[in-house]
Amino acid sequence: MRFLALFFAAAISLSVSGAQAQPADLKAVLEVHADQIERPKRLEVGAVVDDLIALGTPEVTEFLQRWQNRELHMREADGQFFYIGEGEPIPLIDVMSGEVVGTAEKSEIKQLRPNAGVRRVLGSALVQFQLSDPNILRRVAAVDSIARRPQADQLAPLLASIPDEPDAALKERKERLAGLLTARFGDTTEARVAAIEALSGELSLDVQAVMNQILATRDQVAVALPEDENIAEVYDVGTDLTEAEAYAQLVSAELASPLIPNDAIRNALAANIEGGFVGGVPVALLNTDAAREEAYATLAEAGTVPPLVTDADISSAVQSHVFYEVYTEPDIAVTDAANDALDEITTRVGVNQALDLTLDGLSLASIYFLAAIGLAITFGVMGVINMAHGEFIMMGAYTGYVVQLFIPDYTLSILVALPLAFAVTFGAGVAMERLVIRWLYHRPLETLLATFGISIALQQLAKNIFGTQARPLTSPGWLDGAWVMNDVVSISYIRIAIFILALIFLGLLLFILNKTRLGLEVRAVTQNPGMAASMGINPDRINMLTFGLGSGIAGIAGVAIGLYAKVTSEMGADYIVQSFMTVVVGGVGNVWGTLAGASLIGFLQKGIEWFNPANTLAAQTYMILFIILFIQFRPKGIVALKGRAAGD
Amino acid sequence: MERSFIMRNPSVLWFLLALALFTLGVTILSEAFGVGTLSTSFIKTLGKTLCLCLIAVAMDVVWGYCGILSLGHFAFFGLGGYAIGMWLMYARTEEIVVNSLNEAAIPPTQQEIIDGIGTQIFGVVGSSEFPMIWAFSHSLGLQLLMVILVPGLLALVFGWLAFRSRVTGVYLSILTQAMTLALALYLFQNDSGLRGNNGLSGLQNIPGLDHLGQATISMWFFWASAIALGAGYVLFAWVTSGKMGSVIRGIRDDESRVRFLGYHVESYKLFVFTLTAVVAGIAGALYYPQAGIINPAEIAPIASIYLAVWVAIGGRGRLYGAVIGAAFVSLLSSWFTGGGAPSIPLGFYTIQWTDWWLVLLGVSFVAVTLFFPKGIGGLFDYLVRKDP
Repeated sequence: MRFLALFFAAAISLSVSGAQAQPADLKAVLEVHADQIERPKRLEVGAVVDDLIALGTPEVTEFLQRWQNRELHMREADGQFFYIGEGEPIPLIDVMSGEVVGTAEKSEIKQLRPNAGVRRVLGSALVQFQLSDPNILRRVAAVDSIARRPQADQLAPLLASIPDEPDAALKERKERLAGLLTARFGDTTEARVAAIEALSGELSLDVQAVMNQILATRDQVAVALPEDENIAEVYDVGTDLTEAEAYAQLVSAELASPLIPNDAIRNALAANIEGGFVGGVPVALLNTDAAREEAYATLAEAGTVPPLVTDADISSAVQSHVFYEVYTEPDIAVTDAANDALDEITTRVGVNQALDLTLDGLSLASIYFLAAIGLAITFGVMGVINMAHGEFIMMGAYTGYVVQLFIPDYTLSILVALPLAFAVTFGAGVAMERLVIRWLYHRPLETLLATFGISIALQQLAKNIFGTQARPLTSPGWLDGAWVMNDVVSISYIRIAIFILALIFLGLLLFILNKTRLGLEVRAVTQNPGMAASMGINPDRINMLTFGLGSGIAGIAGVAIGLYAKVTSEMGADYIVQSFMTVVVGGVGNVWGTLAGASLIGFLQKGIEWFNPANTLAAQTYMILFIILFIQFRPKGIVALKGRAAGD
Repeated sequence: MERSFIMRNPSVLWFLLALALFTLGVTILSEAFGVGTLSTSFIKTLGKTLCLCLIAVAMDVVWGYCGILSLGHFAFFGLGGYAIGMWLMYARTEEIVVNSLNEAAIPPTQQEIIDGIGTQIFGVVGSSEFPMIWAFSHSLGLQLLMVILVPGLLALVFGWLAFRSRVTGVYLSILTQAMTLALALYLFQNDSGLRGNNGLSGLQNIPGLDHLGQATISMWFFWASAIALGAGYVLFAWVTSGKMGSVIRGIRDDESRVRFLGYHVESYKLFVFTLTAVVAGIAGALYYPQAGIINPAEIAPIASIYLAVWVAIGGRGRLYGAVIGAAFVSLLSSWFTGGGAPSIPLGFYTIQWTDWWLVLLGVSFVAVTLFFPKGIGGLFDYLVRKDP
């Protein structure tokens, strides 16, 4: 009896499998789907591909690949498919055995050219075979392709390919990708939760994307809260969303009749004017909302127009419903785990963003330091504000540009440009000091204006010589790219180079000012020119050299700034105000003061930008306001000179 | 017995006489009221120049007399322009919107009119809501009050903060420059409520006066500018004469000494700073309806520095010097940059003045500072002293 039953069962199962009979080999599948293979359509070709994959034989991979690469041909006479070889007449290669089975003239066969959409479908089907391809490039391409468009059906082949993966790095990538796919598409809740928890230690963008996809929500509305939905949040009308928004949700869920907007009321009224009256109200009086509603109500009573939705209707409709947000993911354990993971990731990202911000601030501070230190030196020693300082920065940058015109090797040209820019701007600074500034030492405000005159003349001169368009100052290849710590923290090599340059100049200046004869004399003149002169120091010479030094550093700063920003005749003007701020905030006549000022301004600007990333203009506005207020409390800057050295 | 104010300042009378003669001459040569030699656009240029002279006089008082090199007075000028521009733009748009809505079958409600105006004005910055600062824009009287209040209050607060903590000299100059830069950057934002970098435009169309034509309106504004310049000149001449003038000049020459004499230096400085800011605002309110458009670029720091350049070239410490400097440099500048000046061929290179004017201005400015610290106005001293 049992035996009989077993027999029957077997028979039934046989007959069932017979009814859905899968074609047994490649040729058979091709025969069934010949039409689709000859003229495939993107939306329909999936069925063919599924059947092919179901075969699971090695020649299927070969077939799909050749089909995708437009290497499949069809013999016009009998509709058989072949690959072709080289030669004349063309040898035909059998799709299953891979052996030459005949020849044909070119006119007898037709090349099959599936379109781009179909080839994409074929490509994604191929991925699972490529994952185990002996060629590592193909395997990498397959992993890339999955990472770009993750799909549920890729999980199983990906997992299957991991144990046999010979390349350690690729194996790691595959495992990571498998984790991402498991989190989204895993079979069991336990597997998914485990995968999500494993991912919570990461902070890369793709992990965040996966978490956000798991946590995708949609707004819903119902009379009572449903039991079987995975609810993310229940909205409180009035705090979480306004009554109008709530009603709009009701309308879009077709649970309430739509509001009639003012435009519609006006149009309805305009359409129903009868002899100067609408619903008994004279047209001339319809210039208030109240009168219009009254006329409209009359029309609605007559049934000409749909009735108005009143505020009371809205309130009652809203109050009789609950508004909530549900996860599209039904499994509550998964969403809980994803929420926890996302929280952890967010914290981690926050910490890293703070680190990134610090790096940004540091790099901005070093730029401001380089731009401002020259100004600070001249201001400190001579009490002179040099409005043409920005133009010295520009001059340095253009020197770099001109050097690159003559020396095509970027590394060499930068090495030449830095000292040359220093020499050029040093010369210009000394010339300016000799010709203009030394005549104005006792009139500081006039120095400010005279140097402004020089500034506009130099700017226009640069425009006349180099034109108005931006000129490139290309950095050497080894400065391209960025030092990437992870998806959040990265900093370009140029900025690191500028930071190092700023450090070098900080050290250099400290050395010159504190350890050399020149520095001693400069400090003496800064503190008391009269006394310094009576001690045998020549203040004229010191002033000239200081001015030259300050201008020369501006030239070097120009090369550095030109490397990451474009070189234009107006680039100096962009930095001059920030440089002033740096000097004023930091305090005059002290390298450390400039450093403090540059750091404060650099970090502050980045900090404000972080709070309001979309609006850099607002960031600059607030920063300037901050500085104006700061000056109220420390009029002489962070590092103020004390005693007689303070001047007044 | 004290001599009368005019007797002590004969230059005021001479200036008013010259201004009156100039105004009369321009009126006779104008299109609207005279023979028509001067085009309407040139009348507008002259009217604008008078406004620039007025702010230059204000700048001269604050810098030449009081010794505060403000590099931010154009901010007040711009704020005055924005204040009047808001009314001009609102009222003008209201006319257009009401006209178009009245053509519809149903008369418009008040809300529809306001919405229409909002869409028209703020459409360019992707908004249609009126920001808070436009609350008074429907009223000419209130906006005229704003012309005085907004620059005045800003100057009062800023000046109070700066003078109280004794920020002086180049520090103060930098700080005023920072102020105008901050304001310009703020106004450049689209959500500043003043149309971002589009600024306010169409200001030359005066609501309700369309039937008069631009020729007549430009003359009205020319006269108004001339009267404002005359009145401002007299006001500042009065402020800088007498005991108060002496204190102010004393502050310029030695602030500490004046303080030790018992004067409250900060109050004097604050008074001068605020008063000049208000006059600058009025000058701006007259200037921008003639210019037709105002945008944040107008109040960039460079404009205020040019103002100082005009005053320096004209001659500091004398009011007519500022007028001469502003008129001379701004008219010369438009002559050079407008292509009016002939090019100079040098054989190997031709000097195009549109390219080289700024170089010339910069160099001559350095030359004036070095060799003629008294500016053009100094020439008068020279004439008067040679021929007593």
